[in-house]
Amino acid sequence: MLDKSKYPEVDGILAGYAYNRSALIAMLQEIQSAYNYLPEEVLEHISTEIDIPLSKIFSVATFYENFSLEPKGKYIIKICDGTACHVKKSIPILDTIKKELGLNSSKHTTDDFLFTLETVSCLGACGLAPVILVNGKVYAKMTPESALAVIKEIKENESK
Amino acid sequence: MKGSMLIDGQRVDFNGEKHILEVIRKAGIDLPTFCYHSELSIYGACRMCMVEDKWGGIMASCSTVPKDGMEIYTNTQKLKKHRKMILELILANHDRDCTVCEKTGRCILQELAIRFGIKKVRFDKDEKELPVDNSSVSIVRNPNKCILCGDCVRMCNEVQGVGALDFAYRGAKMQVTTAFNRPISNVNCVNCGQCRTVCPTGALVIKRDIDNAWEVLNDKNKFVIAQIAPAVRVAIGEEFGLEPGSVTMGKIVAALRRMGFNQVYDTSMAADLTVMEESREFAGCLQKGERLPLFTSCCPAWFKYAEQKFPELMEQVSTCLSPQQMFGAVIKEHFKTDREAEGRETVVISIMPCTAKKYEAARPENRNSGTRDVDMVITTQELAMMIKENGIMFNELEEEAVDMPFGLSSGAGVLFGASGGVAEAVLRHLCSDKTIGSLKNLAFAGTRGMEGVKEAEIELDGRKVTIAVVHGLKNAEALVKMIKAGEKQYDFVEVMACPGGCIGGAGQPVPQSAHIKKQRTKGIYNADSGSTIKRSEENPTIIALYEGILKDKHELLHRHELNKES
Repeated sequence: MLDKSKYPEVDGILAGYAYNRSALIAMLQEIQSAYNYLPEEVLEHISTEIDIPLSKIFSVATFYENFSLEPKGKYIIKICDGTACHVKKSIPILDTIKKELGLNSSKHTTDDFLFTLETVSCLGACGLAPVILVNGKVYAKMTPESALAVIKEIKENESK
Repeated sequence: MKGSMLIDGQRVDFNGEKHILEVIRKAGIDLPTFCYHSELSIYGACRMCMVEDKWGGIMASCSTVPKDGMEIYTNTQKLKKHRKMILELILANHDRDCTVCEKTGRCILQELAIRFGIKKVRFDKDEKELPVDNSSVSIVRNPNKCILCGDCVRMCNEVQGVGALDFAYRGAKMQVTTAFNRPISNVNCVNCGQCRTVCPTGALVIKRDIDNAWEVLNDKNKFVIAQIAPAVRVAIGEEFGLEPGSVTMGKIVAALRRMGFNQVYDTSMAADLTVMEESREFAGCLQKGERLPLFTSCCPAWFKYAEQKFPELMEQVSTCLSPQQMFGAVIKEHFKTDREAEGRETVVISIMPCTAKKYEAARPENRNSGTRDVDMVITTQELAMMIKENGIMFNELEEEAVDMPFGLSSGAGVLFGASGGVAEAVLRHLCSDKTIGSLKNLAFAGTRGMEGVKEAEIELDGRKVTIAVVHGLKNAEALVKMIKAGEKQYDFVEVMACPGGCIGGAGQPVPQSAHIKKQRTKGIYNADSGSTIKRSEENPTIIALYEGILKDKHELLHRHELNKES
């Protein structure tokens, strides 16, 4: 059974789509924006409520890059590694952030759940390359140093 | 659509075929496929059935509609090159340890690699080994041998309505797996094993109990008793080149004795017990007008499915144990004192057409004697492998009869092997008219046949009784939903999870085409026609049992938790 005190929004989201199974992807998107990821027990709940096998929901959730089955940090850093950003040296920025936050290719979120680091293929802002995006805010023409400064600023704000 | 087309220069008429693959096969050309099964939806993933048209265009024949005047080539150099390339690419990422693979000799990938003369794979394997899922007692899932044809996924979803397996991840990382990669014993899998009947490779195979069986058969301190389920006798012959539906009961008995079984019995005897108990339960329900419709309980895959999907319905599922478990419980009780005196342990091994029976025998409640009532379950296919391993020439065997005192069974008990058989056997018992004419009426009442849902109406002691017979769990789900919505009303519902009933079980030899299943079903009815005892209550073994050990031990035959209430 789903712990409704932990996930109060879930039933409202499902009701918003009239428990229609063809709206699965839209439901998952709303769940993800509410909780930052797709919690396993919520997916089980959806499976019984809208009568879709759990394996099918898992199939959809693992197919789309945008869905995450793991909890994400409060700040999601998206670093662009599209062609323009790559040529403008996005990889050294990525490496610096990874090192600073203690992350690697299989670990994307810090232990304190403050940061999640993702690479994306293009943010459509090639003129500003290399670009990073922190919770939707664009930081243009980054260098490893300026990226560190952004992280430092967030950390300082958080510890206040 | 009607018309004619040219296939490799030969004119072929078509009339209503859904795609050109059907037309091509009708023309006598065995086009290779991995992902095409007539009972599943068209998937078009494996690209083995590619054909070329007269303009050099290439298309998948399984997903192309036949049109009048089409000109198709099935074996051009271009097509052969493509097929070989596809095979080579599949093999590149495949576990190629063929000699130790459970599927060797029955593997479609192996067969096609031989057929197309693949002698070398030019590409390196770059995928990591994935863990083998050994958690289920019924099937083993080895993702390293999966070729992503999706046959199991469609079988599980479209025919069984279970959805234990699906595709996950994408691109080169794509896998067929359970939700969250959980062990398959820990998800909604009902152990029916139908996935393994369509899997072309060794990615899904029956959990092997052969070695455990040899161990007990060679242990002098064990007294090993076999029970043979009805559906086994009409299918095992296929493994030895006999026609599907050939009734080979006598040969199976002979083979089992040679393999070292101390006693050999027929599960149909226990099916007679089930008929007696279930009929009594059903008559009681009819009289009181409660727990209707009563659902059968002999199919363990259906039983688990109902527990998971319709827990509120469990009250209406018969409390009777399945014939397999009734047999185990009765045999263990009967031989208890004898064997204790000898200091030997009784071991019951059942020979079943079914992978879910392995799961049923392992269920914790099925232990009346303190140990498991049925110690081991060997599927038809495993038995065939054991016979071959010992070099027994099955076709040459002289037929032998089963042992006594539990050797007699009725034709009604044998009917359990086919869809509709449980219902028919129960009706034979309940019908007060015991003439041959009445037997014939029941045979034509509507419980027989291959349709997914069958309905029958019978008059029992002046009351009209309506019966539904359903096979395939997806059909069962739809039927239950209609019953719950009040759209349909029945008194008795027989459910078998596998299409065709137990004769189409996942422990049977594969492939299982509709034609093969029909032949096996015919075999079951032939076996019934050949039996001198027609009704369960006429079986002297049953009469003796009710006067003997079952006199004050009725609970041996029922599921416990519900039994206390009645």
